[in-house]
Amino acid sequence: MKHLLSLIFIVAFGLPANATDIQKVTSKGGITAWLVEETSIPIVSIEILFRGGASIEPDDKQGATYLMTGLLEEGAGQYDATGFLEASEALAARFSFDASRDLVSVSATVLKENLDPSMELLRIALTEPRFDDVAFERVRGQVNSSIRRAETNPRSIAGSRFRALAFGDHPYARDLEGTVESIAALTPQDMRETHQAALTQDKIMVGVVGDITPEELAELLDTVFAALPQSSAGTVPLTSIQTDGGVEIIDYPSPQSVTVFGQAGIMRNDPDYIVAYVMNHILGTGFTSRLNQEIREKRGLTYGVGSFLTPYDRAALYMGSISSSNENIAEAINLIREEWAKLADKGVTQAELEAAQKYLTGSYPLRFDSNGAIASILAGVQFANLPIDYVDTRNDAVNAVTVEDINRVAARLVQPDSLQFVIVGQPEGVTAE
Amino acid sequence: MKASRLFLVGLLTLVTPALAQQAKVSTFTLNNGMEAVVIEDHRAPVVTHMVWYRVGAADEPAGKSGIAHFLEHLMFVGTDDIAEGDFSRIIEGLGGNDNAFTSSDYTAYFQRISTDNLELMMTMEADRMRDLVLNEEAVRTERDVVLAERAQRTDSDPASLFSEQRAAALYMNHNYGIPVIGWRHEIEQLNLTDALEFYRYYYAPNNAILVVAGDVTPEEVEALAIKHYGPLAPSDGITPRVRPTEPPHLSPRRLTYSDERVSNPYVIRTYLAPERNTGAQSKAAALTVLAELLGGSGLTSVLGKALQLEDPISVSTGAFYSATSLDPGSFGLYIVPAPDVSLQDAEDKMDAVLQQFLIDGPDAAQMGRIKAQIRASEIYALDDQNGLARRYGAALAIGLTVEDVADWPDELDAVTADDVMAAAREVLDLKNSVTGWLMKEDAE
Repeated sequence: MKHLLSLIFIVAFGLPANATDIQKVTSKGGITAWLVEETSIPIVSIEILFRGGASIEPDDKQGATYLMTGLLEEGAGQYDATGFLEASEALAARFSFDASRDLVSVSATVLKENLDPSMELLRIALTEPRFDDVAFERVRGQVNSSIRRAETNPRSIAGSRFRALAFGDHPYARDLEGTVESIAALTPQDMRETHQAALTQDKIMVGVVGDITPEELAELLDTVFAALPQSSAGTVPLTSIQTDGGVEIIDYPSPQSVTVFGQAGIMRNDPDYIVAYVMNHILGTGFTSRLNQEIREKRGLTYGVGSFLTPYDRAALYMGSISSSNENIAEAINLIREEWAKLADKGVTQAELEAAQKYLTGSYPLRFDSNGAIASILAGVQFANLPIDYVDTRNDAVNAVTVEDINRVAARLVQPDSLQFVIVGQPEGVTAE
Repeated sequence: MKASRLFLVGLLTLVTPALAQQAKVSTFTLNNGMEAVVIEDHRAPVVTHMVWYRVGAADEPAGKSGIAHFLEHLMFVGTDDIAEGDFSRIIEGLGGNDNAFTSSDYTAYFQRISTDNLELMMTMEADRMRDLVLNEEAVRTERDVVLAERAQRTDSDPASLFSEQRAAALYMNHNYGIPVIGWRHEIEQLNLTDALEFYRYYYAPNNAILVVAGDVTPEEVEALAIKHYGPLAPSDGITPRVRPTEPPHLSPRRLTYSDERVSNPYVIRTYLAPERNTGAQSKAAALTVLAELLGGSGLTSVLGKALQLEDPISVSTGAFYSATSLDPGSFGLYIVPAPDVSLQDAEDKMDAVLQQFLIDGPDAAQMGRIKAQIRASEIYALDDQNGLARRYGAALAIGLTVEDVADWPDELDAVTADDVMAAAREVLDLKNSVTGWLMKEDAE
């Protein structure tokens, strides 16, 4: 590939006509979903988010949310793990269950003709998971294996250390999967308690796209979610980020220095978020970004470099990553620091702003390229507490950004002296500070 | 131009009538030999525009490994009409995304963009098909980028390094044994002349396939293609892709790779396996179903059920098969043992499960579930414009036809238990295989 797709993930779009026709559907039981009816293909995609995620698990249950989420499809209701999988395979229903620091998320894409039995499977997975001992042990073994893999993966090592430095004793500092020790102490009963706390009606956000009417959806919402607890303990406190601008080196036997860098970011609900988003596009997203041009295109120092806003629910980071050879990483880091300082001091040009606006507004519709993708966007907009017309107004907001806006936000947000680097490798000419 | 053919391909003939859905697919061929496929998807005013070349890493001259992929990078430098560095800049300025990828069998370039920019995409892609402009400095810088790519994606990853070693052992004579990105010592020597020679030989309309998927009609795509790709001169150097073939494999090969960065050792075995050929896809279909049966879905698969559930000695197991290649591909199995289980025990138990499967044959209920998923995947595919475009592009690039692509779901659905067993007995022969152990410590 010419470039890694993962480094161009912040793409934006002209909207498909139907994607903007978002209906708010509320069930008799009071559950709300956002719906786009799309009848051209006989399938239905559903994205379900539960706010809270791993951040709300107790300190002594690290990794419980991740493990619990992995167990939702490993036995529920009348089915053991095999029975549940066989039932979903027979219906060709596609479920995926995932946990993050802020969310438990469930994605389902099912055939219209199998909608009811597929939703019954989803219902029991969410409300009647069994957490059988044998499944618990098996999945814990898999997570254990995954933790050990992360412990020798330079990117994971760098990310984990960076979060520890940035978040201190806030729950966001923890590794999502937990540690070998923390998950060894977990029990099936912990899974039940974590499930009761994480999957509650007050935390639900739902996006649905496909061949389904609002009336059908309203009924389905009550069927699937009615048995969940009404509410549980709320969210973790907001936290601020303090990075000291140093360089930390973690020795790792590799020709590459995998590097993560970052500082405090900007919250998604900040009035200047869109301004910062456009600013970051100019700095570190895509082929024409300053970082890519200076470090890859002009000097060939890396295959990929990028920066990205990372707003969590209760804190925000402004991060970036680069992988470069041990010989070249020192030069690359100097260039990143120069670009960081240049942005803070001098801001951006009108030409850069216009190019960014054209890309971000023009590519926004490209994100709406499948039912599942649109369902995910609908739920994500709710997670960010944005209004239901956000998708229609988003490009106007991007186009309203001025050079003065960006320069003001750059001066406030971009802090060269706080830019913290974590290098995993055997870098030459770099000293830990 | 030749008379254009226009027909609808019924992808889903086996689905119940209420579900019957068709991807509207049409084809035409330009006078200069360029083939085209149009896939209609009118849900959004967006288009995927791709040009595929029938050349990949397995077509590289000896000693020039990586040149196909290196040229892919260099195709973004500039042309006689587009200044250096402007290609992707222009596309980003229009809100489009562009990228490219290289395999052993093909090299493809694509843009995803609003439909009203399709004509410009064709102008630019046609321009760089024949009028690429390179210079020494751009070539040197991009070679450094490719070396950095190799360092990041291969040299830093024990599993990738191990995979290169295994492929080199599986293919004793065929170029599938060289890595697509190239061996480092050969990438370091690639130069401007190598790139241009490769480019001039292979990049021509009669070696290219146009795929357009999205909110378009076949008529408008054809008119635009005639206008922009039609004038391009064909190459007279394009010859049938006859590559060195494998001699009989007489000896099972075994290798170990030790790397201190390994956290989860595993056993992986690949067998040389036949691929899809035009009009003859049934064996590949049987192998596709075999891979699903043995290790397609964790606990409900033969390996997962035996080695994760009944005798839980492993963290994960799986099977895989690459059906879509120009020359024989590979069929594979792997097992990641639990921490206290040795690689030898894991391999022995995997082999025992395999032997039992060859006696028992497939479970009818499991076959039924796999068939249901195969049928449904054709409906789900309609929701994936990019995936459909890739499916047709890859197939045509290796010599299959749109009819073969349309037939493939039927071929899969028609696979019987006997077909699976015949394919399994033919392919799962240790003499055709490479068994590898990825380890943390050196073998004793």
